[in-house]
Amino acid sequence: MCAKPVKKQPQQVETTGHQWDGIEEYNNPMPRWWVWTFYATIVWGVAYSVAYPAWPLLREATPGLLGASTRADVAAEIAAVDAANAAVKAQLVAADLNAIGADPGLATFAENAGAAIFRTNCATCHGSGAAGFEGKGYPNLLDDDWLWGGTMEDIHLTITHGIRNTTDPDARYSEMPRFGADELLDEDQIGQVVEHVLAISGQEHDAALAAAGATVFAENCASCHMDDGSGDRSLGAPKLSDAIWLYGGSRAAITETVVNARFGVMPDWNERLTEDEIRAVSFYVHGRGGGE
Amino acid sequence: MWDYFKLAGLGLLALFAAIGANFARDLAYQVNALTVMLAAGIAFLYVLRTAGDPRPDLRHEYFDSVIRAGAIATAFWGVVGFLVGVVIASQLAFPQLNFEFLQGYGNFGRLRPLHTSAVIFAFGGNALIMSSFYIVQRTSAARLFGGSLGWFVFWGWQLVIVLAATGYVLGASQGKEYAEPVWYVDILITVVWVAFLIAFMGTLLRRKEPHIYVANWFLLSMILTVAMLHLVNNAAIPVSVFGSAQVQLFAGVQDAMVQWWYGHNAVGFFLTAGFLGMMYYFVPKQVERPVYSYKLSIIHFWALIFLYIWAGPHHLHYTALPDWASTLGMVFSVILWMPSWGGMINGLMTLSGAWDKLRTDPIIRMMVVSIGFYGMSTFEGPMMSIKAVNSLSHYTDWTIGHVHSGALGWNGMITFGVLYFLVPRLWNRDGLYSLKLVNWHFWLATIGIVLYASAMWVTGIMEGLMWREVDANGFLVNAFADTVAAKFPMYVVRAAGGLMYLSGALIMCWNLWMTVRAQPYRVNAHAAVPAE
Repeated sequence: MCAKPVKKQPQQVETTGHQWDGIEEYNNPMPRWWVWTFYATIVWGVAYSVAYPAWPLLREATPGLLGASTRADVAAEIAAVDAANAAVKAQLVAADLNAIGADPGLATFAENAGAAIFRTNCATCHGSGAAGFEGKGYPNLLDDDWLWGGTMEDIHLTITHGIRNTTDPDARYSEMPRFGADELLDEDQIGQVVEHVLAISGQEHDAALAAAGATVFAENCASCHMDDGSGDRSLGAPKLSDAIWLYGGSRAAITETVVNARFGVMPDWNERLTEDEIRAVSFYVHGRGGGE
Repeated sequence: MWDYFKLAGLGLLALFAAIGANFARDLAYQVNALTVMLAAGIAFLYVLRTAGDPRPDLRHEYFDSVIRAGAIATAFWGVVGFLVGVVIASQLAFPQLNFEFLQGYGNFGRLRPLHTSAVIFAFGGNALIMSSFYIVQRTSAARLFGGSLGWFVFWGWQLVIVLAATGYVLGASQGKEYAEPVWYVDILITVVWVAFLIAFMGTLLRRKEPHIYVANWFLLSMILTVAMLHLVNNAAIPVSVFGSAQVQLFAGVQDAMVQWWYGHNAVGFFLTAGFLGMMYYFVPKQVERPVYSYKLSIIHFWALIFLYIWAGPHHLHYTALPDWASTLGMVFSVILWMPSWGGMINGLMTLSGAWDKLRTDPIIRMMVVSIGFYGMSTFEGPMMSIKAVNSLSHYTDWTIGHVHSGALGWNGMITFGVLYFLVPRLWNRDGLYSLKLVNWHFWLATIGIVLYASAMWVTGIMEGLMWREVDANGFLVNAFADTVAAKFPMYVVRAAGGLMYLSGALIMCWNLWMTVRAQPYRVNAHAAVPAE
């Protein structure tokens, strides 16, 4: 230990004279560029905090000389967009649903707005390309196989009020019975009716069981799904005689549907979207290929 | 006599833990209580078997056994943390890896806090505790204060890690980033941390050097500030003594502000100040040169600890946070730039006159790259805190890239350097088993970081631009899912970078293992004698 400054070599700076476990410290001055950059950031910091809201006082903070406010900025930006779109939005709300496509300006706006609204709100379930998720209960919106109808009016109503939700009394509603879980059908009957459904959808099946299943189907299922399994849009009862399935068309998936039923829910978007937005997204969905 | 108190305390702890396990309201609490019971039981048996044994007078020897354990724990938790990181990076690239049978235990949401806590608190924490104990003894020329208190800190910290980790997987979390451990783990952290403070301060107070070395300023500021942050941010009321749920004392934007005051200073004091303490000791030791500038170390130390504590609000730009808080967070973050770089200058310039060693000593190379990444991320940080930049970078992968260039580059690399420095000395071996393997580790880790960080810059800026893209009518152009799909290739690159980093760490473990197993003892080994 030596408390006196020590010159290491003639041309070198001194160390401080302290030593810890063999470590010494040079007495080099701080680099000038470092000091000046540090000062510059401090000067900038003071200036910035004078210009912008910064220092909290007793009741509120200093507002800053520039009067900047991020909340006001956002409000102004939203107001500017709203003002720019106000006319076309009013036109959209006033237009006949089926006439939107006829006006090119209106149609372009509805298509773009609908696409954005779809991506923000609908894509979570129906996929960003609107193809749904087959077998998971999220319908494909690109095809012409509609559960509740594919006209502009139908789509508009579905989006406005939703399906089987508890928040909108006008929601589209229907409920398939739980044929197995509630013991409406026994195991043999379920096995038979599943074979029948496989038969009418053109899949590989057991002919003998399917024949017996036809009776079970006629007595239990046909009231909603129709005798030939073509479904009923007024009840949201899916068509069973095609290859498009909401929850899967395998033997196991159909059995699960018959035993425990399905209860797909869609929110009533009138709580979250305005009428012009609902019309825009209806137009967008209608225009994906399956619109009627 | 003291042994009987310990026995009574441990017995009671085991008993209460058993009662807790019996009345547990949730699985996480039950498993945690059983873990505590087991730990207390083992400690009880150990104390019972050693009670009354003669205690040799060790005052003139450094307390190194706990540091050896710390080195093992650092390497072990490092590998665990990196491995979980590679797993979750792969889950992000390939969501199928969130296997159905692991839902609720091994999906991304459960593993993500496991990864962050494992690398920050298990790997980083053990590295800090281990090096603090080493540095404070050497630079004070005194044995660690408090008898076996060092062992309590070590094992207490491992218990914290195990409780927190099993809790996360089973669903016990406060939901606050980097402060996920639930209330009873927080209490244990407090007890262990106070013991750490006592051991550290006690050693400083009995130092034989007239001055306190700069590394110790940083380490002490780390210990004190982390204690304060931990206590305030974890202020909560348990829903039940027999459950892991709690209600936060702060709510809304106040809670968010407290959380990021904590979160940012966890980075500032745990991962910056603490690791600067490591740098200030191990870099001059390995380079065998004096520290560049004493003045710079004083000024940048005080500037750093004064400024860091204000910078938290930059995590909450453009939120419910008032504008004034946002401004202050940004201003202090930008002013923090030079004080942060003071550490980099002092670290790099310490090499002046010894730059040739970079060619021959891969450990120095590791330390230099570490300091380089420190400088890079402490420039990137202030830049990202600027509101205009932040409006693009916030919530994107850019933030993840920033954090990892700091964590992998700075914290990881300096810790690897420290382990390579310490293991031969702690086990009294004649140098490392293989410098060639250190070189392999160095390149794997460095290239891994570069892949990781550049992948995250690209995805971060890309998704930031995609999110804000609007058409002429003000409508968003991209769906969120579109941005996720666009990031896929970069996510694969990121996972590959992480895998390289993990491979490097495994090579290190093998190298350190062989150093202890196969290297001859150091000849002329001088017993570690603190007193001069």
